[in-house]
Amino acid sequence: MSDQTHGYKVGEPIRDTKAPEGPIEDRWDKRRFSAKLVNPANKRKINVIVVGTGLAGGSAAATLGELGYKVKSFCYQDTPRRAHSIAAQGGINAAKNYRGDGDSVYRLFYDTVKGGDFRARESNVYRLAQVSVNIIDQAVAQGVPFAREYGGLLDTRSFGGAQVSRTFYARGQTGQQLLLGAYSALERQIAAGTVEMHTRHEMLDLVISDGRARGVIVRDMVTGEIETHLADAVVLATGGYGNVFFLSTNAKGCNTTAIWRAHQRGAMFANPCYTQIHPTCIPVSGDYQSKLTLMSESLRNDGRVWVPVAKGDTRKAADIPEEERDYYLERIYPAFGNLVPRDIASRAAKNVCDEGRGVGPGGLGVYLDFADAIARLGRDAVEKKYGNLFEMYERITGENPYEQPMRIYPAVHYTMGGLWVDYDLQSTIPGLFVVGEANFSDHGANRLGASALMQGLADGYFVLPTTVGDYLAGATKFGDVDPEAVEQARDAVQQKIDKLLSVNGTRTADSYHRELGKLMWDYCGMERTEESLRKALERIPELREEFWNNVKVPGDPEGLNQALERAGRVADFFDLAELMCIDALHRTESCGGHFRAESQDADGEALRDDENFAYVAAWEWGEDGPTLHKEVLDYEYVKMTQRSYK
Amino acid sequence: MNLTLKVWRQNGPSDEGRMVTYKVEDVSPDMSFLEMLDVLNERLILAGDDPIAFDHDCREGICGMCGMVINGVAHGEQRATTTCQLHMRHFADGAEITIEPWRAAPFPVVKDLVVDRSAFDRIIQAGGFISVPAGSAPDAHSVPVKKDDADAAFDAATCIGCGACVAACPNGSASLFTAAKITHLGLLPQGQPERDSRAKAMVEQMDLEGFGGCTNTGECTAVCPKGIPLDTIARMNADYLKASK
Repeated sequence: MSDQTHGYKVGEPIRDTKAPEGPIEDRWDKRRFSAKLVNPANKRKINVIVVGTGLAGGSAAATLGELGYKVKSFCYQDTPRRAHSIAAQGGINAAKNYRGDGDSVYRLFYDTVKGGDFRARESNVYRLAQVSVNIIDQAVAQGVPFAREYGGLLDTRSFGGAQVSRTFYARGQTGQQLLLGAYSALERQIAAGTVEMHTRHEMLDLVISDGRARGVIVRDMVTGEIETHLADAVVLATGGYGNVFFLSTNAKGCNTTAIWRAHQRGAMFANPCYTQIHPTCIPVSGDYQSKLTLMSESLRNDGRVWVPVAKGDTRKAADIPEEERDYYLERIYPAFGNLVPRDIASRAAKNVCDEGRGVGPGGLGVYLDFADAIARLGRDAVEKKYGNLFEMYERITGENPYEQPMRIYPAVHYTMGGLWVDYDLQSTIPGLFVVGEANFSDHGANRLGASALMQGLADGYFVLPTTVGDYLAGATKFGDVDPEAVEQARDAVQQKIDKLLSVNGTRTADSYHRELGKLMWDYCGMERTEESLRKALERIPELREEFWNNVKVPGDPEGLNQALERAGRVADFFDLAELMCIDALHRTESCGGHFRAESQDADGEALRDDENFAYVAAWEWGEDGPTLHKEVLDYEYVKMTQRSYK
Repeated sequence: MNLTLKVWRQNGPSDEGRMVTYKVEDVSPDMSFLEMLDVLNERLILAGDDPIAFDHDCREGICGMCGMVINGVAHGEQRATTTCQLHMRHFADGAEITIEPWRAAPFPVVKDLVVDRSAFDRIIQAGGFISVPAGSAPDAHSVPVKKDDADAAFDAATCIGCGACVAACPNGSASLFTAAKITHLGLLPQGQPERDSRAKAMVEQMDLEGFGGCTNTGECTAVCPKGIPLDTIARMNADYLKASK
């Protein structure tokens, strides 16, 4: 079977995700019991590589070290504590029901499946909700200083897509505090000798021997040396690929290279088109812009979003009287108001700006106004809750949000797609496990706020250490790694570096990245159409061709060469961008973060097509184009309905 | 805006290094400091010159990876601001700006403005943690923590490990960094069992790495982008003395 018009083939469906059967609340217990154990004496002889040190990778490496495995951990930064999980502001969800406001594991499960617009797996999401409570216990025991009330107990707040207060937080720096918790656990294992840390090392290829993932090829970013590291299993925790858009809330170094190389080596890539556009970011200020900064969604608890009623109203916010303001989220979605999920809030902002009612330079912004909250709670209380966010806003924009409303606009923030994994978090390559944002498993087509931290830590502290053990119980029979497989992977890496350095053209890698990003934002961004996607699919190969013939990368392969690092990442973004557009084109429905303009209801809301698209699109890489494998999604517990937040 | 930059260039740890002057034109006041350097680097690459190496990642003031001494001040003169969050509107048109790496013996230069701060990781390895393997934690509400203690612990825990404190200190001391972690964990009930051993081991590692002693100059807290208070050092000293008895 094939679909020539879309440029892809259709292969065999994926029938087994390895999730246990039976009542959903028993499945994880069942899997934990059925997973084989590894004898403690054998663990010392088993090597595991973990790439990436964010919440998922840091917690996974630390926990595997605690269990007694020999772990090698890699990160591209100068220390594992810098991974971009650190920038998560708002909080972490957990079904503790400490407030007694009706929360439960089942409700968190339900909200997450619904928030994901019925494109996530029920079994995985239920497990996530179950272990969420353990994460909070673990973090508190590590000394993570969550916000507390005067009685000494933990404080919580509410977040988009939920009507209960289940989000634990540490001022606006929850990601930082949780990451430092995982980092301290990791450093403890490094000191104990169970984890060997390799900082300033970038993974450039995966070694596969006898059908199993057995190692990685990395570049020492200080010396330029290409190194081989072998192991019995490889865990990728290398984050999302939002930087394909050039401008995103990701750190500058975030990239797709590790997962893309694994994809080219046989790991399927699931739902690449599911990208999350975060509604509350600081708008772009000029064409030199290097990244976008998010303002935590928690601000929507107290801030009110509005634009002027009239088009082209250029008066200052303070000069626009109440009756000439449109608090459009409260108007359109009275039940959830300013707390609608991210995809809905983002698109609503785009719509009012498209109508010509946007504010600030270029009309690409909406107001997030705290005047009412300051009047109601007092400036001090607002400062206590959001002080650091307000300061950050003022530092970047030069405007004081206590005195005038913030200007915000949506920006690329998170990618729900990623490498396909089964219930054990194992990819389609045996021995290659993928955790955190790098996999696709738990958020469906849209991730709820404060759920990324939950998933990263659930994977790293609790899920992977169990499931990887089941795989490693057979490690004694894996045999030696084929030296030819290693040579072949090393050669591929070396050739790419030599090629990038030899082109010596007239444009920098960054300038190509900027152009690719703009193209993706315009044609495969907040709103996608068949026409726009076809345009992108025409333009991406042309631009890639030009890149490989005209990029200028200075310097040598030896030593620190940041321009070379960037060029290698941009090259992989081109290939990924193409797959994202193919996926977005094939999915003619709208769902969650994927909005196809052709598929909307009378009110302009995303219209799913459950009959034809209630599946995970898992793509297999091929020289002559990708092959689609469908994993059908069954909903036994949550009835598929059109999401409504009205 | 048009600017003149004097930038430290050093091609590796064994190179002597020197200041090199660059003119940068058409700088927008809304640019961040690193965006201004991006613009210069793009130009250098196209001219066939070696771009200036500098560390950076999140560019939102939290990862701690960036850091330069700007006009003699770690992270520049803007208070409570990392280099990546510093914006050009704080400089005058026509200004001359000097840019140097962190300078401290335990932070050897890797290249240009990039330094090796792995000594900080080794200080954390010595004891900057609470020993609690995954899966063994009691319910989070089993131990209430006084709000004041939790808030003070948080204030210390916000350290981003950038190293500005060391760069600013005339003694090249890492006291503020080390004290921040000792204070964070020492204020919490969970941190009590290892409080003595932690203080002792971390201070000893700090000395072993070659950082200088603290003479209460206070330059560290003045440049700290997160405003870690100086009294954390008093706390560290008290804990260390008690642990050494």
